[in-house]
Amino acid sequence: MTNQTQKNRKTLIILILITIGMFGFGFALVPFYNLLCKNLGINGKTSNIIEVNKDPVDMNRVITVQFTATSNANLPWDFYPMTKEIKVHPGENEKIAYYAKNNSNHTMTVQAIPSVTPGLAAKYLKKTECFCFTQQTFRAGEGREMPLLFHLDKSLPKDIKILTLSYTMFDAEKFKKASTNKTQGKIN
Amino acid sequence: MTSEATIAIPLYLKPWLFFKRWVLSTNHKDIGTLYLLFSLLMFLVGGIFALLIRAELFRPGARIIDPELFNQMTTMHGLVMIFGAVMPALVGLANWMIPLMIGAPDMAMPRMNNLSFWITPLAFIILLSTLIMPGSAPNFGWTFYAPLSTTYGPPSTDYMIFAIHLLGISSILGAINIIATILNMRAPGMTLMKMPLFCWTWLITAFLLIGVMPVLAGTVTMMLMDRHFGTSFFNAAGGGDPLLFQHLFWFFGHPEVYIIILPGFGVISQVIPTFSRKKLFGYSFMVYATCAIAILSYFVWVHHMFVTGVPLAAQLFTMYMTMIIAVPTGVKVFNWVTTMFKGAMTFETPMLFAIAFVFLFTIGGLSGVMLSMVPADFQYQDTYFVVAHFHYVLVPGAVFAIISGIYYWLPKWTGHMYNETLGKIHFWLSVISVNVTFFPMHFLGLAGMPRRIPDYALQFANFNAIASLGAFVFGISQLLFVYIIFRSIRKGKPATAQVWEGAEGLEWTVPSPAPHHTFAVPPSLYENGITPPLHAKGVDAEGGGGI
Repeated sequence: MTNQTQKNRKTLIILILITIGMFGFGFALVPFYNLLCKNLGINGKTSNIIEVNKDPVDMNRVITVQFTATSNANLPWDFYPMTKEIKVHPGENEKIAYYAKNNSNHTMTVQAIPSVTPGLAAKYLKKTECFCFTQQTFRAGEGREMPLLFHLDKSLPKDIKILTLSYTMFDAEKFKKASTNKTQGKIN
Repeated sequence: MTSEATIAIPLYLKPWLFFKRWVLSTNHKDIGTLYLLFSLLMFLVGGIFALLIRAELFRPGARIIDPELFNQMTTMHGLVMIFGAVMPALVGLANWMIPLMIGAPDMAMPRMNNLSFWITPLAFIILLSTLIMPGSAPNFGWTFYAPLSTTYGPPSTDYMIFAIHLLGISSILGAINIIATILNMRAPGMTLMKMPLFCWTWLITAFLLIGVMPVLAGTVTMMLMDRHFGTSFFNAAGGGDPLLFQHLFWFFGHPEVYIIILPGFGVISQVIPTFSRKKLFGYSFMVYATCAIAILSYFVWVHHMFVTGVPLAAQLFTMYMTMIIAVPTGVKVFNWVTTMFKGAMTFETPMLFAIAFVFLFTIGGLSGVMLSMVPADFQYQDTYFVVAHFHYVLVPGAVFAIISGIYYWLPKWTGHMYNETLGKIHFWLSVISVNVTFFPMHFLGLAGMPRRIPDYALQFANFNAIASLGAFVFGISQLLFVYIIFRSIRKGKPATAQVWEGAEGLEWTVPSPAPHHTFAVPPSLYENGITPPLHAKGVDAEGGGGI
């Protein structure tokens, strides 16, 4: 093999390794993205972790929390918050409920995905119990109230006075997990 | 001088020899020709798609084509022009000229070169065939955002994904070939900082290609998995995120647009010094500026996503980095202008296209700086202002640079001078019509006309009509270009080796037309007037020594 061919072959191998590396990097970006979003709290999503409240209540601040709901892609469901807006103190435990009803004629499994506006407030909204932690399976025609227990962390930035928690309900039939919530008619 | 001996070839051998020369080619000149001819065909195909779009948008309420077909046209126009016209044309120029410019006999891996080329028409047969498949062709824009393309995309989307995989492989292999050629096969004495700037811009572009094309490949693989293998990379229902798609796509997409312009910069850096009869001003700064643009391009992808709700910190960082890219770009523009200053200029067709490039690309760059300002972008995003911006940098930008390079090097390839009068007519028709087409789009965008719509509100009618007229004139003018090229292949004034009075470089030392095989023996840079004597500074005799 001539010297020229040897040099070319060495370059080829290095560049192919870089290519494969960048391909892997593209896939690595997926968990990387999720990690960064979760830890920096910048994608407006609340976490799936059950947060127990140990904070004292900050009586000096009043925050308005609003609730909205959307059914994705015209799901044949009723889905709405039973309370549209409440005023809370940071550190104070609050409980509200959303109502969901499967209007179709077959059992469906859904997942509610939360989103908070302003996005940066998401990591200060701590949930003790939420129907969004698990997939929900409803039989045909079944409707029930779904509870949400939360509190606002006392380190919520001072300039946030109002925040909106929005849920979008998706059909999770294709992504069914083993531990869906199948208890019927659970009302607290 | 290698004149081919005329022997009588039996008729039954001719098809085989044709097949052997073109389908099995390992010759950088022939492969360059193949890329260029293919890109010309794709340019016309993409142009027809564009004219269907402009015909529909000529009048409000028109119904030349259905909205569903309109969406397919906008999608396919983008994909064909970027991946089928501009990128292969630049690779064609690279294949033809890089070995000639560095004094190499051919590319580093000639058989891989052949593979790289032939994958491309295959990919486009697959992509274009989606137009005649049952169900529509891809209709979600060339950026194929998920979940529109994954959950709601037509069946043909999988063929598009396959085509993109193939094109990615072709580009990556081509880039590897270019890097190996440039790093390892330069003639003795040609250090990297003596290399023509066209080679430098391609070297840097090739590194961008192997950096980001694999990420695109990963992204479309994720799309395929979401569509058929039950994953939910981009589907919120399963815990994924549509925004992830945008980050992944634009991490590829932003360096991609620099990939399609940097070799064009390289062409301009060859053409302007030739017709100014003056050396390129600030060679080192041109190299460093190109490197800076390439490196910075990795950090600014979020500027395509300013309205998606990314955090303020990301918006600010991206805004500042994007604005910074204007600095090395400005350095290049100023250096081209300074090259012309006090030069002895003549205005042959390549020079006309190059000067138009400098001026019109700068306009496109300025609208780019406007877009980089976050609060302003909130108004411009997804309007015709963006369409105006990227068409300015792509058409009187990349395409004019390619055309300039073709006119510049055509005599070297064909051995005939093209018809200068026709060339000038092509230039004036093109430059006037391109501005008539795209300048009004700035105002349409500012007035609020959205992108990717088959019909529009009445107040946008006048400027849309003007743009459509310009588009048709531009489209027809390119037929003149096709004629000029094919005529020059067959006849024209015989070209000398040097072709242009001010031309300097190894490529101008070989005869015109360039013999099938050149530089079988590495040339002496000293004898060709490129460098001082070889032994002055202990440069080793092996090719590629020293930086």
